[in-house]
Amino acid sequence: MNRIHELFKQKNKNILSVFFTAGFPKLNDTKIIALALEKAGADMIEIGIPFSDPVADGPVIQQSNKTALDNGMNMKLLLQQVAEIRKTVKLPIILMGYLNPVIQYGIEKFCVEAKQAGVDGLILPDLPLREYETEYKSFFQINDLLNIFLISPTTSDQRINEIDKASNAFIYAVSASSTTGSKTDLSNEQENYLQKLKEMKLKSPFLVGFGISNSTTFSKVCQYGAGAIVGSAFINLLKKTSSMEEDIYRFVKEMVKRETGNSY
Amino acid sequence: MKYTIDENGCYGKFGGAFIPEMLYPNVEELRLNYQTIIQSADFINEFQYLLRHYVGRPTPLFFAARLSEKYRAKIFLKREDLCHTGAHKINNTIGQILLARRLGKRKIIAETGAGQHGVATATVCALMGMDCIVYMGQLDMERQRPNVERMRILGAHVIAATSGNMTLKDATNEAMRHWINNPTDTHYIIGSVVGPHPYPDMVAQFQSVISEEIKKQLINEIGNPYPDYVVACVGGGSNAAGAYYHFLNDEPVQLIGVEAAGKGINTNESAATTALGKVGILHGSKSLLMQTEDGQVIEPYSISAGLDYPGIGPLHAHLFDAGRVRFISATDDEAMNAGIELSRLEGIIPAIESAHAVAALSQLALSEEDVVVLNLSGRGDKDLETYIKWGKY
Repeated sequence: MNRIHELFKQKNKNILSVFFTAGFPKLNDTKIIALALEKAGADMIEIGIPFSDPVADGPVIQQSNKTALDNGMNMKLLLQQVAEIRKTVKLPIILMGYLNPVIQYGIEKFCVEAKQAGVDGLILPDLPLREYETEYKSFFQINDLLNIFLISPTTSDQRINEIDKASNAFIYAVSASSTTGSKTDLSNEQENYLQKLKEMKLKSPFLVGFGISNSTTFSKVCQYGAGAIVGSAFINLLKKTSSMEEDIYRFVKEMVKRETGNSY
Repeated sequence: MKYTIDENGCYGKFGGAFIPEMLYPNVEELRLNYQTIIQSADFINEFQYLLRHYVGRPTPLFFAARLSEKYRAKIFLKREDLCHTGAHKINNTIGQILLARRLGKRKIIAETGAGQHGVATATVCALMGMDCIVYMGQLDMERQRPNVERMRILGAHVIAATSGNMTLKDATNEAMRHWINNPTDTHYIIGSVVGPHPYPDMVAQFQSVISEEIKKQLINEIGNPYPDYVVACVGGGSNAAGAYYHFLNDEPVQLIGVEAAGKGINTNESAATTALGKVGILHGSKSLLMQTEDGQVIEPYSISAGLDYPGIGPLHAHLFDAGRVRFISATDDEAMNAGIELSRLEGIIPAIESAHAVAALSQLALSEEDVVVLNLSGRGDKDLETYIKWGKY
């Protein structure tokens, strides 16, 4: 069974998925970070494929993309690093990136090699639903890669239902009309939107992302969805840290403390 | 019509709308409404009125006698340089702001490279009393100071794009991010035939007035609407799209696109996308794109800030693929020499973008009977600093 399906079978609340950019802050940190996240108790990891023009991302993730590319990260190396991580890490691994580097690598080759490396799902924000269904779906399915769709507060109910129908994993619910890392607190409007999603009783579970920066926002959005995705706040930590493994451990424990009652 | 978009917004294998879901409602709203709006009598009347009385259309088709003598052909200049604000860009900004108003939008954003599209956008926003934010690469702001101040005088808020190389591509990224963050009350006026469907088609339609006029004017000049050549420079490709538009199905008319070779196609300092690009996706559409083997976008170079974009519009990628347009290129030096030449022969100082089209004349095997229409997309006032720095005149 795909590791993402397995996770959602075991757990349908308070799932913590953590995003970071491959090759950031240093080229070979990808593995150290993935291992530390598993050890700290994260439920899923999302590894960003760096791109020169990440239009859906705010300044923090843009900068991590640039640093990773300057460090020499590329698709081949990234897939090697994932294969290396997969030797020990059992968590579901999702690759997230923009379409252009993927099509240059070759969509079929990419899917085959991602599967071999141990990838479970893909988030390609600029791959539209229609193109996915007509041109990409078969490659994803043959290789048991789940495609994760995004929705935002401006997505119509009809479109949400279409996306839910096409989805075979979870839906990534962007919490606000924003690029990544833009907002820090949750407005009433956003809570209304999440409440609406909850009440739509979609067949796919949803995780909430964009603007989840601390245990307060994490626990708030967990009241609506199956969990949340943390990205920019984690990248900010990686930028500052001098003892990476310990800080990652603390970050994860702190994020989920209200859910587990843990205090370190 | 094999050179128009299909039902999916594609020109052959190019085009489409590769956008994050956050932009889907905005782009979908445009897609569903643009044709109905721009074909309505009310829109057409207002658009035509403003083109005539505000922009100053029709622009002249001028027989360039001394240039013709030099190149031994009949060369006509389509004088887009005489448009209000100094270039063809305003044809599109007028069309889009009228559309934005009909969609109930209150704020306008735009990207700009050399500043011409930014100025054209700031101008129509002032005319319509709408808020205007223009993103411009920080490096371009330094290179094109006068245009930054023009936009500010017109009441626009100019924001520096500080990511990447801080030029046009980065300004476009920032404008798209702004739109993601402000999806409901804001319309994004893209300045060229790039971006997700319906932008390339919409911008081409607004610019198509250029070739519509050329055809009418040629009947008076030569007795029929068909030249042998139409020549235009191509960055993203909006002036070229407008100049080719009504000739696309007139196969005997040879269409020539002139890209910026920068310091030379093989120097790594170039913006000649058809020569150096591969199929790729940037800013919402599939087209030809200058990129590394790993799919990272390459920063282009040209002395002309209006041509240093790493892609071309999907229409042009398709026209290139289909062999309908012949793409050639001119280097910085060739373009600058051509700019001086046009100044001396015809008393017209062209924008450096347009000077690339002039530089192409020597690469065409012209004969005395050939009728050439050269789209002079903009005037050189904004480029005086560059002419002065170049100095060889």
